Amino acid sequence: MGSSNSSVNNIPNAQELMQETGFSAAHILRLHERFEFLDKHKCGQLRPQDFGAVQELALNPIGDSIISAFFSPGQETVDFASFVRILAHFRPTDRNQSRDGAQQEPANSSIRKLKFAFQMYDQDRDGKISRAELLQVLRAMLGIQVTEEQLQSIAERAIQEADLDRDDAISFDEFRKSLEKVDIDHKMSIRFLR
Amino acid sequence: INTAESANVVGLWTCLSGPAVFHFSQRFTTVVPESCMLILLGLVLGGVVLIANKKQLYQLEPALFFLFLLPTIVGDAGYFMPARLFFDNLGAILTYAVVGTLWNAFCTGFCLYAAKLLGVIDERVQADLMDFLLFGALISAVDPVAVLAVFEEVHVNDTLFIIVFGESLVNDAVTVVLYKVYISFVEVGVENVQTADYFKGVASFLIVSIGGTLVGLVFAVILGFITRFTKKVRIIEPLFVFLMVYLAYLTAELFSLSAILSMTFCGIGANKYVEANISQKSRTTVKYTMKTLASIAETIIFIFLGISAVDKSKWAWDTGLVSCTLVFIFVFRAAGVIGQTWVLNRFRLVPLDKIDQVVMSYGGLRGAVAFALVVLLDGEQVKAKDYFVATTIVVVFFTVMFQGLTIKPLVDWLKVPRSTSRKPTINEEIHERAFDHILTAVEDIAGLQGYHHWRDKWEQFDKNYLSKLLLRKSVYRKSELWEAYQKINIRDAISVIDQGGNVLTSARLSLPSMASRASFPEVTNVTNYLRENGSGVCLDLQVIDNVPGAKVEEDTETHHVLAENLYKPRRRYQSHYSRHFMPLGEKERQDREVFQRNMKSRMETFKSTRHKRHKKERNPVVVPVESEEEKGEHSDPEKEEDVGITFVARKAETPKQRPKSALDGSPLASPSSPPSGDSHLPWKGSVGSPPPCVSVEANKIIPVDLQQAWNQSISSLESISSPPVPAEPVHPRVSALSRLGGPRPASYTPPGSTAGSTSSIGAQVLQGPFCFPERNKKEEEEEEEEGGAVQEMQPLMSSLRPPGSLMPPPAPPPPGSAPGQAGGGNPCVYLRSLVMAPSPGSGEPHSRGPTQL
Repeated sequence: MGSSNSSVNNIPNAQELMQETGFSAAHILRLHERFEFLDKHKCGQLRPQDFGAVQELALNPIGDSIISAFFSPGQETVDFASFVRILAHFRPTDRNQSRDGAQQEPANSSIRKLKFAFQMYDQDRDGKISRAELLQVLRAMLGIQVTEEQLQSIAERAIQEADLDRDDAISFDEFRKSLEKVDIDHKMSIRFLR
Repeated sequence: INTAESANVVGLWTCLSGPAVFHFSQRFTTVVPESCMLILLGLVLGGVVLIANKKQLYQLEPALFFLFLLPTIVGDAGYFMPARLFFDNLGAILTYAVVGTLWNAFCTGFCLYAAKLLGVIDERVQADLMDFLLFGALISAVDPVAVLAVFEEVHVNDTLFIIVFGESLVNDAVTVVLYKVYISFVEVGVENVQTADYFKGVASFLIVSIGGTLVGLVFAVILGFITRFTKKVRIIEPLFVFLMVYLAYLTAELFSLSAILSMTFCGIGANKYVEANISQKSRTTVKYTMKTLASIAETIIFIFLGISAVDKSKWAWDTGLVSCTLVFIFVFRAAGVIGQTWVLNRFRLVPLDKIDQVVMSYGGLRGAVAFALVVLLDGEQVKAKDYFVATTIVVVFFTVMFQGLTIKPLVDWLKVPRSTSRKPTINEEIHERAFDHILTAVEDIAGLQGYHHWRDKWEQFDKNYLSKLLLRKSVYRKSELWEAYQKINIRDAISVIDQGGNVLTSARLSLPSMASRASFPEVTNVTNYLRENGSGVCLDLQVIDNVPGAKVEEDTETHHVLAENLYKPRRRYQSHYSRHFMPLGEKERQDREVFQRNMKSRMETFKSTRHKRHKKERNPVVVPVESEEEKGEHSDPEKEEDVGITFVARKAETPKQRPKSALDGSPLASPSSPPSGDSHLPWKGSVGSPPPCVSVEANKIIPVDLQQAWNQSISSLESISSPPVPAEPVHPRVSALSRLGGPRPASYTPPGSTAGSTSSIGAQVLQGPFCFPERNKKEEEEEEEEGGAVQEMQPLMSSLRPPGSLMPPPAPPPPGSAPGQAGGGNPCVYLRSLVMAPSPGSGEPHSRGPTQL
């Protein structure tokens, strides 16, 4: 945006963020611009309504669920650091980067990517995708194309398939197992955020 | 002429038997690719002909190749191209195809010229720079036929395959343009070429490639649009597909555009809409015919390559030229791949690693396109034509034979990730869709206009405009995820049945009509299973009620015989057809699917047809859309598909079947009788009159997406109830049942009421006849007359029952309604429970409708 933002140094904690997320300075800068653009009130915090400014998001059938996955439980707002951390999930996994065992799993690991997707389903954050939660996402995605009954049977089927401990819900482990054959790194990464 | 004929016969015989022979020796072909074998065979054959005739009679004629052989292969490739994968990797494909091919062409051309200047290539090869550039252009393009032939047997991972194969298809435009530009340069003479001509060359490249693509897309739209209206003429649907795709090729060729590009994009573009529009049988026809033609064309091409190679008169050997060319194309291919991959990896989401690059370099096979192009050269203009021909043959043989032979061990040795033929689970289907949405949303939030952003935009456009234009209304509203769900369910049903086959058979109920098959030890598929055991699932009162004439009975018996004899061969056939690894036929899957889904989740809805009506209330949205057209479209596909065997029987019987029924002569009755499933339930046709009201209503009321499933469910239920009326005397079961069911309602019951209880799995046996007021009958009549208009449904609404209840409002839900819901949990158990014969001492047999028979 303005000239005051033209340098990474003006962004608080920029260095730590870069360290943590692996974003380059240019990325941080760009995301910061975007953040300020979304932050209409200039309070350094984004509220769910602010995401509404993104027009395309309104067309996204599960846009609301995705937005709410940006907010950690109980929080009404998201600051720039969290915003960047969330987006870091979608950085492609670097293959040759040696990972320090002691360090925390980087945000763009496939586990963390899955975790984000899981949170998108798990709206009440109880660590399980209940049937109702799954149905809600399905309903949003499929819209009027299918009947409620069809939704029910799809959800039923999906839960049956993934639910290993027969609690009629999908825990994160079950979620991960059900997708272990999928190339998560590939399917949950965005090229521009390398 | 005589010898020509005989040789021709030999040739044809070999062409056709070639694949068969090699498929017999499976172990051999796992080591040696089929393409190599065919070339060798061609060499032998060519040798024989040469010895016999002293001169070669056969050549791979460019006209034959470009007009017939190539389009069949490209058409097949384009039509069955995995579109998503192709477009996901479009950037890489275009780069390799355009930049890579140009790089190869120029480098090979210039270096050969340099080699000529250095004296490595013999003086006899009279060629200047233009000739070498021309040769470089035609020899540098990776060949789709060869790549397909070799890579299909290697099974590398999808990304790698689509990049190499996509490149081989798309580089056609480059090759064609370079070839034509150089030809014209050679004709004009290099000294006369002006600077402007080079720019013309670049411009013509753009025109040829983009023009070809556009022609293909235009034909794709036309094709989609045509198939939207072929509802009534199913039989020519495949013809349209072939014709339009081929026309795309020919039209592009006519305007000197890239025909391969045109055909490829026509196939890719039309596939989605065509597959959705045409009937299942047309789909199968298209698939098998395309695969067959492609594989014949492939065989002919490789055999003719071998034969042509023997023809010494066309050859002029120069070791320098041959070895230089071999080295150059290999080196430049490798260098090009490495260089481009290095650039591409800066942009690619999933970088291509070293192993991929090795396979890509090594997989740069040259093939028949190069050969046909070099044969097309004018010997007057290009003095060194014979040398070029020989070199091309050697290059093609070397790449196809040597590289084709060694690529498999190489891939094994490098541990290249292989493709798995694993089918996605429903969870993967759901979540991958969700991932797409998430990525799109994140790109939007982050303000990036990346790949997902544009893909989403395209999907919106497709959904809002294209699909509306090109898809039938009925198909348009179907959800892909729902389709996926259905497919997965079919697979499950198959595995359930396969695993539990013996368990199921042990519970088999003996039907007199099936005595002959009681000896079958195993139930191998659902249809079979249904036929053997299905009769236990449901009881159709109408079957008992109607007492048709002896003629009908006779017909029924005849049909049983026919059906049984007709069915088994088909099953056997299906089990060992494996050319090109085609998945199990959609239809078969659907048959199975129907069974499982019926059993598992839709049971409630079958319990009573009438019950279905409440859907109308619950989904008011559906009702208005459920127009006549809709209904027609929905019931039609299956009906028309089944014109074959069963239709005759049904048709013949329907009138006789209900002589005294109120429905007699109602026009709607027979046409709307459940259309699908006939083929897999062969004696269903003989049932004659499946309660007409059932299907009429069902077609009308069921939401679009369920229609097919519903139709099939109905038909399976009918078939189950099939031991038709004559059954009574013939089948002791039935009479036992009627005894159980108390006073047999028989002919007293109007069809309408029986229809109501047709699918009532629950405790309808006793109550059914009593619960249906006379009103129903009238309604049925009305309905038949009105043909399914909305208002006619209104009176029926009153008889709707809430979900789960089996009886019309006056009757309380019977206790026996449980089976359906109970089945929700474990399909396996439920399936079994469905076919379990009722224990003889069962306390309340009438409450377990399904096991009654």
